[in-house]
Amino acid sequence: MQASPQFSRPSFRLSAIAAALALAGAVSTSALAADNGKYRIGIVTFLSGAAAGPFGVPAANAAKLAVEALNAGKLPAPYGKKGINGIEIETVIIDEAGGATKQTEEFRNLVQRQKVDAVIGYISSGDCIAIAPAVEELGVPTIFFDCGTSKVFETVKNPKFLFRTGLDAVVDNVAAARYIAETRPNVKSVASIQQNYAWGQDSWNDFILAFKQIKPEVKVVSEQWPKLGQGQYGAEISAISVSTPDLIHSSFWGGDMEALMLQGGARGLFDKSVAVLTAGETGVEHFKANVPNGTVIGGRGPFGAFAPKNALNDWFRPAFTAQFKEPPTYPAYKMVQAILGLKAAAEKTAKAGAMPTAENIVQGLAGLSFEAPSGTVIMSRSKGHQAVQSVSFGEYQFDAKSGKASVAKVKTYAGECLMPPDGSNAADWIKAGFPGAKCN
Amino acid sequence: MTSFFAILIDGAIYASWLFLVAAGLTIIYGVMRVLNMAHGSFYAIGAYSAASLVGWYFSGEHGNPYWSFLLLIGCALVSGAIVGVIIEKGLLRFLHGRDEILMVIVTYALLLILEDATKLIWGVDPYFAYQPYRLLGQTAVGGSLRFANYDLVLIAVSILVGLAAWFVLNRTNKGRLLRAVIHDREIAIAMGVNVNAMFAATFAIGSVLGALAGALTAPAISVTPGIGVEVIVLAFAVVVVGGLGSIGGAAAGAILVGLSRSFAVHVAPEFELFVIYGVMFLVLAIRPQGLFGQTLARRI
Amino acid sequence: MSLRNCFSSPTEPALLLAAAVFAAGAWLMPAWLAFLLTLALAKALVVLGVVIQMRAGLVSFGQALFFCIGGYGVGLAAQYLGIGDAFALLALGTVAAILLALACGWLLTRYREIFYAMLTLALSMVLYGVLVKSSALGSTDGFNVVPPSFLGWVPEGDARKRTMYLLTVLVAAVVAIGFHRFMVSSLGRVTEAVRENEIRVDFLGISPQGVLFVNYVAAAGVSALGGGLTALASGHIDPDMAIWTTSGEFVFIAILGGTGHVAAPFIGAIVFSVIRTFAIQEAPHFWQMTLGVILLALILFLPKGLWSLVARDRKREVEA
Repeated sequence: MQASPQFSRPSFRLSAIAAALALAGAVSTSALAADNGKYRIGIVTFLSGAAAGPFGVPAANAAKLAVEALNAGKLPAPYGKKGINGIEIETVIIDEAGGATKQTEEFRNLVQRQKVDAVIGYISSGDCIAIAPAVEELGVPTIFFDCGTSKVFETVKNPKFLFRTGLDAVVDNVAAARYIAETRPNVKSVASIQQNYAWGQDSWNDFILAFKQIKPEVKVVSEQWPKLGQGQYGAEISAISVSTPDLIHSSFWGGDMEALMLQGGARGLFDKSVAVLTAGETGVEHFKANVPNGTVIGGRGPFGAFAPKNALNDWFRPAFTAQFKEPPTYPAYKMVQAILGLKAAAEKTAKAGAMPTAENIVQGLAGLSFEAPSGTVIMSRSKGHQAVQSVSFGEYQFDAKSGKASVAKVKTYAGECLMPPDGSNAADWIKAGFPGAKCN
Repeated sequence: MTSFFAILIDGAIYASWLFLVAAGLTIIYGVMRVLNMAHGSFYAIGAYSAASLVGWYFSGEHGNPYWSFLLLIGCALVSGAIVGVIIEKGLLRFLHGRDEILMVIVTYALLLILEDATKLIWGVDPYFAYQPYRLLGQTAVGGSLRFANYDLVLIAVSILVGLAAWFVLNRTNKGRLLRAVIHDREIAIAMGVNVNAMFAATFAIGSVLGALAGALTAPAISVTPGIGVEVIVLAFAVVVVGGLGSIGGAAAGAILVGLSRSFAVHVAPEFELFVIYGVMFLVLAIRPQGLFGQTLARRI
Repeated sequence: MSLRNCFSSPTEPALLLAAAVFAAGAWLMPAWLAFLLTLALAKALVVLGVVIQMRAGLVSFGQALFFCIGGYGVGLAAQYLGIGDAFALLALGTVAAILLALACGWLLTRYREIFYAMLTLALSMVLYGVLVKSSALGSTDGFNVVPPSFLGWVPEGDARKRTMYLLTVLVAAVVAIGFHRFMVSSLGRVTEAVRENEIRVDFLGISPQGVLFVNYVAAAGVSALGGGLTALASGHIDPDMAIWTTSGEFVFIAILGGTGHVAAPFIGAIVFSVIRTFAIQEAPHFWQMTLGVILLALILFLPKGLWSLVARDRKREVEA
């Protein structure tokens, strides 16, 4: 084989490929960067995989509904102004599936290639932790609307561009512990079944820590850790049945939760034990008679079935139900909440009718208190970047005659009752006996 | 004592489910040498079609609820066969005899496509077909422990499927031809076996079995996107433990994995995550070709 | 003196030229593209590890094991040992992976075909399980890796990502040349003979298992390097790095690129990443289907991978 004739061929190829890639990139950037005078919001939520049905798609639908209504200027006060500060909104939607590394790449693509003005998104805690430093690096206002990890503002200690308008998972479980202690004082033993990943592990740790703080005599009789997406819980249900607990705590969500309730219900698991489902609200419309009345469910805040009556909710719930044939669940509420927070911030600081800058949003949103279908949201923790809201728990009620499901015996706990003071670790705060908690 | 029975029964139920999931995979591999990643999609398609049809059946007055069991099985047969034949005739037919690893990748691409295709047809909202699961009632074993009769029936169904597969392979003419193809494809072709027809039939049977597993599981779960991907590694592990291409092997693998998992859940739930891989490791360390796998003569 | 005497084949200057083009691009291309290429090149290193095992006839469905070890090696050393230098971190992750490979290699290289694939998969899933159970390391949420320093220099702002990109290009070029030399060495050529017929190699007095072992360890090292670079560039590690779908993606890219040449995994990884990101952008609801169709078409029409586009031209020229 002679070297010289083909010498240049592969090198030409390789460099040609490199050049073609660079060119393709440059072309697409310039095409996309076309300044059309609209306010571009990147929306990131699960569009595929197990989290799409219960969380991702309802949230994406809510974003679509809210943006269309805002652009038409159809929202009730104080959001009557068209679009965002009078500027039409445009959304760029991205699938959150695929893991944190891919999401950091796609976040950069959103900001640098698609030139979005703000990003709202992220359901997975891992994605939130991975994206947080990139938000500050790239300097684009970003609102985490759902993810529940308490580590977001431990990762970014001095947030400027990063906000979270939803609550973390600690408050859910503190509220669940308080609700059970108040409504079921006779609970002596508790079993746990969690998906074996960070969400399940954290939820159980927080719950049992808080519950034992309130009721030190409680015994844990079984801990089950099926993997995420297992779907078959036969052995777990047997193991819990044999341990005869008074209470079963589960942070299962979506299809796994519904499968657990179906299989457990058919085997009489809940005849003697009451279940508390911290993310149960997304299943209210699906449970029917398969889940016994009295099952305790939460909605990660005053969302979905727990949402209060106000003008915004009177618009949102019927409009969503009419368009998507199902009432909005908590992720849908949380998405609208994030969009309205962004709008309120922009309209507070930006000059009327002007395109809001990143600086406008950041200054406006920090410490802001704004209205949402779930009530008033106050951005008062983590230097004004983390929302404080109340959390509700209640009992599932299904009326076989009308076929309608609802929540009853709802108790709502104020944020001040459930959240540790700024700067203190949640676990230490619970262990110390909730110092400074203001409960009514 | 209750725990002991619980472990046995839970293990048997889980094993029967594993066997249903893995049987189609091992048959397709045995005959066609295709490790079908898209098997999970067949499972999902079976579950979706069963859940939507049974859901419709119970949404109005459509007669005796027990007919829903026939609906479950019927739609698995129809949906599995349709998808299987389309894929075999439309794609795999052109790739017979290609490298095994290339076929894994082709079926992986198929998995990606079918995953979105099911989303296109059924959306992302969950589907339920819980009525058949409740219909058969429950059986009490010991004090607080009760089992759903549906799950116990599943054990019988699984045994029936296994026996049927054994009968077809060992006692019918077509089955003998199939075994000839499994044993040595080239010699079978030389002896005049229509291997292409065999492949098409095998792939259809395999996909029907996958769909059947999904359809029979649907009543106990919420049918949502992503359920197909979850079963792939499980099915692969069971098949490898048992020995590739062997129905008896798949049954043995399913029983071993099923009992081990059930034991772990009752005794050491912390280790549930590792069970299936632990079993695979141990079996392959002792028998590198799997429990029922044949050692091939090394060709010089 | 002609160039022919310096380089054993035309490949090496070609690789150097390509690396130079990529490096020069750092100042020309948009930031998102540089980041995409950083991750793609890092991924290509792992794919290279898959490819050299494929040349020996073994398909690893658990290469994510070493990808993850490399990533966690970097992350843990930065977090708990306080090491900040990118080179030291990468070296630590790679050494950790090589040590693990030395321990596992002797067992795994006894297995072939699907059994090898499933055992490598099982190993990586065991690591996944261990990490999921490690609450102290954030379980499935993982944890973030602080930006590294480069031989004492700590770049800020745009320079940080650019330096990371340039480091990745440098590492990729060095590894590509090193592996090219390995592939054309006598040991590298015996590797292909093992795939064709193991017993004949045995009869020639060479231990096939020894050959496979060397390949396994080399693949582990290069995969860990890819994992380390990914961790440094994305600034985050989590157990998903070890899950079987990650391994599956590496095998997919290996087939897509082809196994015929050291450059093939790099082309495969870049093409895969570009197709995927534009599929996500253009079809957010159906990007998996779009990706699947495009990749299926590529595999059907180019069964020997994208590299065959290059190789075909070379062959034609030789014939001419």
